[in-house]
Amino acid sequence: MRNSKVVSLEEAIRRSGLKDGMTISFHHHFRGGDKVVNMVVDKLANMGFKDLKLAASSLSDVHKPLIEHIKNGVITGISTSGLRGELADAISHGLMAEPVIFRSHGGRGSAIASGEQRIDVAFLGACSSDELGNATGYGSKSICGSLGYALPDARYAKHVVVITDDLVEYPNMPQSISAADVESVVVAESVGDSSKISSGAIRDSKNPRDILLAKQAAKVIINSGYFQDGFSIQTGTGGASLAAVKYIREEMISRGIKASFALGGITAHMVKLHEEGLIGKLIDVQSFDKVAAESIHKDPMHQEVSAVEYASGQHLGSATHALDIVILSALEVDTDFNVNVLVGSDGIIRGAIGGHQDTAADSALSIIVCPLLRGRIPCVVPKVTTLITPGKSVDVVVTEYGIAVNPARPEIAEKLRQAGLKVVDIKELAAKATSIIGTPDPLPFGDKVVGVVMNRDGSVLDKIYNIK
Amino acid sequence: MFVPGNNPGMMADAHIYGPDSIMLDLEDSVTLAEKDAARLLVHNALKSIDYGTTEMVVRINPLNTPYGKKDVEAVVKAGVDVIRMPKTETADEVKELEAEILKVEEEIGAVGRTRIMAAIESALGIVNAYAIATASPRMMGIALGAEDYSANLKTNRTPGGAELLLAREQIVVAARAAGICCFDTVYSNLDDMETFRKEVELIKTLGFDGKSIINPRQIEIVNEVFTPTEKEINKARAVVAAIKEAQAKGSGVIAVNGKMVDRPVVLRAERTIALAVAAGVIDKEEAL
Repeated sequence: MRNSKVVSLEEAIRRSGLKDGMTISFHHHFRGGDKVVNMVVDKLANMGFKDLKLAASSLSDVHKPLIEHIKNGVITGISTSGLRGELADAISHGLMAEPVIFRSHGGRGSAIASGEQRIDVAFLGACSSDELGNATGYGSKSICGSLGYALPDARYAKHVVVITDDLVEYPNMPQSISAADVESVVVAESVGDSSKISSGAIRDSKNPRDILLAKQAAKVIINSGYFQDGFSIQTGTGGASLAAVKYIREEMISRGIKASFALGGITAHMVKLHEEGLIGKLIDVQSFDKVAAESIHKDPMHQEVSAVEYASGQHLGSATHALDIVILSALEVDTDFNVNVLVGSDGIIRGAIGGHQDTAADSALSIIVCPLLRGRIPCVVPKVTTLITPGKSVDVVVTEYGIAVNPARPEIAEKLRQAGLKVVDIKELAAKATSIIGTPDPLPFGDKVVGVVMNRDGSVLDKIYNIK
Repeated sequence: MFVPGNNPGMMADAHIYGPDSIMLDLEDSVTLAEKDAARLLVHNALKSIDYGTTEMVVRINPLNTPYGKKDVEAVVKAGVDVIRMPKTETADEVKELEAEILKVEEEIGAVGRTRIMAAIESALGIVNAYAIATASPRMMGIALGAEDYSANLKTNRTPGGAELLLAREQIVVAARAAGICCFDTVYSNLDDMETFRKEVELIKTLGFDGKSIINPRQIEIVNEVFTPTEKEINKARAVVAAIKEAQAKGSGVIAVNGKMVDRPVVLRAERTIALAVAAGVIDKEEAL
């Protein structure tokens, strides 16, 4: 077509004006199936680029080839929501000279919008695009649904390259990424492994501990005072979170209560409630499975939002400000209700901040669901290994040994007690964990800072040191 | 709830699901090579884990194996509430176990602490059920072990459980005659909760006090079936209140809602209230 923006990857990079020292960005909507980050960074390495800063919405196991690029000086800085697998392990042991900057999804959106996180060239994978760059999370080879985490990059990056494996006829509508924001379109053999981008199966957890935690979390919600007609809710994708939705659904039906909206990563469970008429609208920054990805495509009451619209702390009008209830998980919670979702109890980075900070801070009721013990690892501890979500944002902690309520919310504790729930002091939970497995040896941290945890307002919350 | 005696993870947190009693197993779920390790593990679990008010049972190996007597010694010393004797066929076997328990209790100065539950798992055991149930003052209950029993009958387990009917009835009758408890066998298909529920309803109707389970997911259904409904509780309360009033007045015969209430009705009402209290749906004070 006339004015086509389709070029080779190499040509797109050349046209972008990218230079050593600049910042490139990526999204993580292709999850464990992503091929875009590795493809682009391999090409940049071949073209001789050095000292690039990589700003990703998140990174996972599949990005372990970055280890070589870091060793060779191609990538010298990383900012992300999370790190997992061998890359996380290498960085935890001190692979990089510069610390990794960790931001929440809302925090990243704000930082990009304010210019604090500069993006020179965004390389944004899309399941389909037309020749002008109207791009979506739907294609003939794969679907990921919402492209919410890519939208701040598309809007604020100085130069945007869309990479797709499904070039479709103009106009590709309705689009997530607008051609108005796109400079080049690259057609690749494959942008991701579709089986790892979205799974079709909905599986209910049969783990009795998950079921127990889910029932307790559901009881907390139902008796919290926030479970009223028109409430709004966000849940994670863990077994306990998903199972909790099931019990909340039963109670909504029996009491005739409907939710106004569900937010966040949207799952098949939420889509089901929406289709049953129990949830009015779905606000979707990331579609977690195939059912959610298909729903957003066909249902006008299921809408995509950008990370900024989802959870930015600085922009009044982000959806989290209207959120009533959120269920979140944790690797560790401490006796001041601080939460760690990033660094394992072995001192190795193995998680992601995600929307944890944002939703906990903005919601009216934040509930952390975590077992007291995972094997021999305590999850309620005197002090978290790394501070991710400050305790002042956390209202209730649900464990299989009892429910702890932040002393700042005595009215919730009272309501839960009246409902016959076992409300305990969080210090008792930590003591219980210690009585069962003892006090773990201190972690052998070194003195090199390998990660900096940012609060969503741009301040520094904590530092992660190298593990020996 | 059955918990394998060689699985520390499950032993550590079995009580968080709220079973009435936990049965740590040293018998069929433990291979011969692991018998000694499991015994040590169970001993230490009983001594160090805070199981709260949960009744603790250990299923030992039969006394005629090289492990049975060592099992008795280890668990009695650790303060177990109940020993479950597998494959019980005669009253003499109960007496033999009683003597073993007494020996250990005398050694540690805790005579009479340990009670016995006998699992009946054969045709001979069913025939001798009453003799087994009355073989010792330590007997707190008898239980059906259906797998071995149906094999012994030369038949198979079926979803309806026709093959177990006589055994179940015999066990309930023997237990009631002896004034002890009776517990039904396990149901092992965790993917079929509907059939499980039907089986629990059946055994409740037959008169059992409870059911053995193998997974925390089965607890809720057993509790639901055994917990009296609000209607049943209210009816029972009316009966108990009326009988108290009648006793206070010195009158023998009473009527509730125009129907005469006799002794079996009162006993049933008292049992309903006791079950409601045990299930936690009403307070002890409320019940009075």
